[in-house]
Amino acid sequence: MNEFFILMKQELAVTAIIFLLLFIKIGKGIQHSSLLSLVQFLLLINFGAGFFFNQSGWLFGDMYQTTPLIVFQKNILSLGVYLISLLCADWLKKTEHLPEFFMLMLSALLGMFLMISSGNLLIFYLALELATIPVAAMANFDLHKKRSSEGAMKMILSSAFSSGILLFGISLIYGITGTLSFALIPGQLDGSTLQLLAFVFLLSAFAFKLSIVPFHLWTADVYEGSPIAVTSFLSVISKGAIAFIFITILYKVFQPMGEVWYNMLVILAVITMVIGNLFAIRQQNIKRFLAFSSIAQVGFILVGMSSGSEVGITAVVYFVLIYVFSNLAAFGVAAVITEQSGKENIDDYKGLYKTNPFLCWILALALFSLAGIPPTAGFFGKLFLITAGATKASFIFITIAALNMIVSLYYYLRVIRAAFMDKNENPISAIKLSPSVKLGLIICGAGIVLVGLLSWMYDYIHSLSL
Amino acid sequence: MNLLLLIGLPLLTAVAVLLSRNKQQVKWIALFGSVAQLALAFVLFFIYKHERETGNAAQMLFEQNYPLFKSLNINFHLGVDGISIAMILLTAFVVVAGVLVSWNIEKMTKEFYFLLILLGMGAYGFFISLDLFILFFFLEISVIPKYLLIGIWGSGKKEYSANKLALMLMGGSALILVGILGLYFAAGRSFDIMELSKATVSLPYQQVLFPLLFVGFGVFTALFPLHTWVPDGHSSAPTAGSMFLAGISMKLGGYGCLRVATYLLPEGAKEYANIIIILSAIAILYGAFATMMQKDLKYINAYSSVSHVGFSLLGIGMLTQTAITGALMQMVSHGLMTALFFAVIGMIYDRTHTRMVDEMGGLMKKLPFISTIFFIVGLCSLGLPGLSGFVAEMTIFMGSWENADAFHRIATIAAAMSIVVTAVYILRAIGNTVMGPIKNESYLSLKDAAWNERLAAIILVVGILAIGIAPGWLNDLLRPAAEEIMNRIAGK
Repeated sequence: MNEFFILMKQELAVTAIIFLLLFIKIGKGIQHSSLLSLVQFLLLINFGAGFFFNQSGWLFGDMYQTTPLIVFQKNILSLGVYLISLLCADWLKKTEHLPEFFMLMLSALLGMFLMISSGNLLIFYLALELATIPVAAMANFDLHKKRSSEGAMKMILSSAFSSGILLFGISLIYGITGTLSFALIPGQLDGSTLQLLAFVFLLSAFAFKLSIVPFHLWTADVYEGSPIAVTSFLSVISKGAIAFIFITILYKVFQPMGEVWYNMLVILAVITMVIGNLFAIRQQNIKRFLAFSSIAQVGFILVGMSSGSEVGITAVVYFVLIYVFSNLAAFGVAAVITEQSGKENIDDYKGLYKTNPFLCWILALALFSLAGIPPTAGFFGKLFLITAGATKASFIFITIAALNMIVSLYYYLRVIRAAFMDKNENPISAIKLSPSVKLGLIICGAGIVLVGLLSWMYDYIHSLSL
Repeated sequence: MNLLLLIGLPLLTAVAVLLSRNKQQVKWIALFGSVAQLALAFVLFFIYKHERETGNAAQMLFEQNYPLFKSLNINFHLGVDGISIAMILLTAFVVVAGVLVSWNIEKMTKEFYFLLILLGMGAYGFFISLDLFILFFFLEISVIPKYLLIGIWGSGKKEYSANKLALMLMGGSALILVGILGLYFAAGRSFDIMELSKATVSLPYQQVLFPLLFVGFGVFTALFPLHTWVPDGHSSAPTAGSMFLAGISMKLGGYGCLRVATYLLPEGAKEYANIIIILSAIAILYGAFATMMQKDLKYINAYSSVSHVGFSLLGIGMLTQTAITGALMQMVSHGLMTALFFAVIGMIYDRTHTRMVDEMGGLMKKLPFISTIFFIVGLCSLGLPGLSGFVAEMTIFMGSWENADAFHRIATIAAAMSIVVTAVYILRAIGNTVMGPIKNESYLSLKDAAWNERLAAIILVVGILAIGIAPGWLNDLLRPAAEEIMNRIAGK
């Protein structure tokens, strides 16, 4: 019993918060600002809980497992949710259904926790659904906006479709191997055609969720339509969680088919980076822009994943940690500006530096980090992904990855140029930041600078992933 | 001596600049910090000399090695040899002069100085790194400051130039990245230069990696035909920005070509030496002729930089000890000279508000100090004996002549002929600007250099004269290090 509490402490904490919110909703209800502070506080406790009593173990037979690495991955996600609750505080306070919003978001988080911890394809599928369906409801949260409903509809349809594909893949695997356990499947795999087919189905489901090209078409519309809090949740937290479980399934379950998925990942990584980058160049809306840039970032994650060793796991986890800080900082700035001025286009950012230098520096840090320019952490993250990808010594592959960094720098510079250099008659007026937004941005900024320079962080993750 | 000081001091200065309250404080802190850096560079130089004279024959001195990313075998490995010392001195000179000439900058002073100091820090870090990973880190760290310096404080088509520069340099970095990763895996997972210099990298690998690294670093140092960012970038940048770009940043590339590409991949260097020679001979001649066509003073200096930097690449391509020593001398000499050149152009532009040669004339009558400095730097550029340019170019030619076959001879002669062209454009530019009658009435009320400009110019002139009149100390500094590189190439 005791073990149950220790191993599932993060899931239990999130569940407790969900129930608390439920009681508040059913009861009298309290003021939104105090509710928000309460939830933020609880999320912080949840994040802190991840640092204590960490041990590995199995629960429910082989259904649920946890290791220090998994706890760390969950903690990254917790941190991300906490940051979103800080950064989007202005919007959250105004929204009518604050308790519901958090209930949905935390349910999705719970689903992700279970997903990362799953040791069986069945619980993996259940958890994945739990992580997806609430997000579709969240995407519809701007109730008066048509685009928001459209985005939610697109998302729920494409997720349902990809879930169907996933289930088909899982059923094929069950038919071939007679088991759904992660531990037992690899022994049964020998690379026959049917197994290949099953793997392709699984891979395409993951590609849908990670918006890997050519399964990315839902991404931009959903991102643009949703409120920024949801967009940032989708593009950072969901992506991170899926990347974590994807790498586990590839490395553990499909380990005997290493050659097959290496080649597939290389191809997918190249087209994802290239297409994501090329489309990002043309975007005007900042949310669409970040959507396409996040597609390109996923391409980079695939580069690291292709390594097939613990170097790959380390690089991916490390990169996601940095990605949480960088992308949330960019989304945070966009959220503040959209909330205050209603403007979402890159051209509206012209002359921003005159009026809002602090926001501009955070934006610049975030974008340089996404582009992989030192001294920001993104430099280290990208470099280690490429290093991991280079272990198989495919020069052309890493050259393409490195050249893609130039393209991405080009479009990130577009935003920086608008904010810092271009002149504007009436730029966005000076914005007074609320304390929680300011705190969120400062945490992100500090994370962007420190995660890279404090090099023990990487070694720590490496020691976890051995 | 603890080399971390060289990174710590600029960092401290930058932070102090950020924390300061008003413009006056910003400027004085920046000046104080940069003078302290210069003092530190001199202390380092003298301690280094003392160590060598007392018989310390280690290849690198003051080595420090801290593990950074243990699991990837990345270390924070620092150390200096003669080449690094010379480059550090050059950087310190240019930083002080750059801070001084920007004294009157009004727009966002704090940010300007912060970025300037940061740019200097990147260069110091680059020259003392002995680990390819942190070397790359310090190389890349200058991208943000360069981009913002040009884009915000620049003139003309500054956004275009800033973008072009950032993207081209990023392209160079991408090649370098692939190159160093290739080295890392080819030589048993190490980024350490000292370890890599002992490792044997198989010939096919060298043939692939050398061009990647050489071209990658070559972009930074205007290797023909990848020099196109130079004219735009230099002419759009603010004065101090141009000084840093041409004086320091281009030297990062040259240093990398030598220390990383040539030193670590000697077989590749031999393989491709002829191509390097051809490209740099083209750069020298093309740069010189292109300069003839320019009317804008900044473009004149930018294109002549392409030509002058070509000499140092030529020296590297010749693969003789003298030529490499000369190449390094040329880097130092060109750094000082071109920084001074841009400083003088900035001073003239601040007064006349034009950079067009045709519109000026007779500046000597009203601006004797600035015009004299302009004279000196022009003469240095065309290689007058007694100034640094002559010493460096002469050494390169002597070293080149040691290769006794027709190909090398022809390349050397072709390169040497460019000096005639240089003389033409320099003398014409100087003649039209400072000599003759005053063309514009408004020039009669111009005031000569202020104290800060005088100080900046004098500091750089002292450097140029110190090399030009007594080149022995620089030669002593560089020759042993060049010998080390030659030993590796000769396979000893």
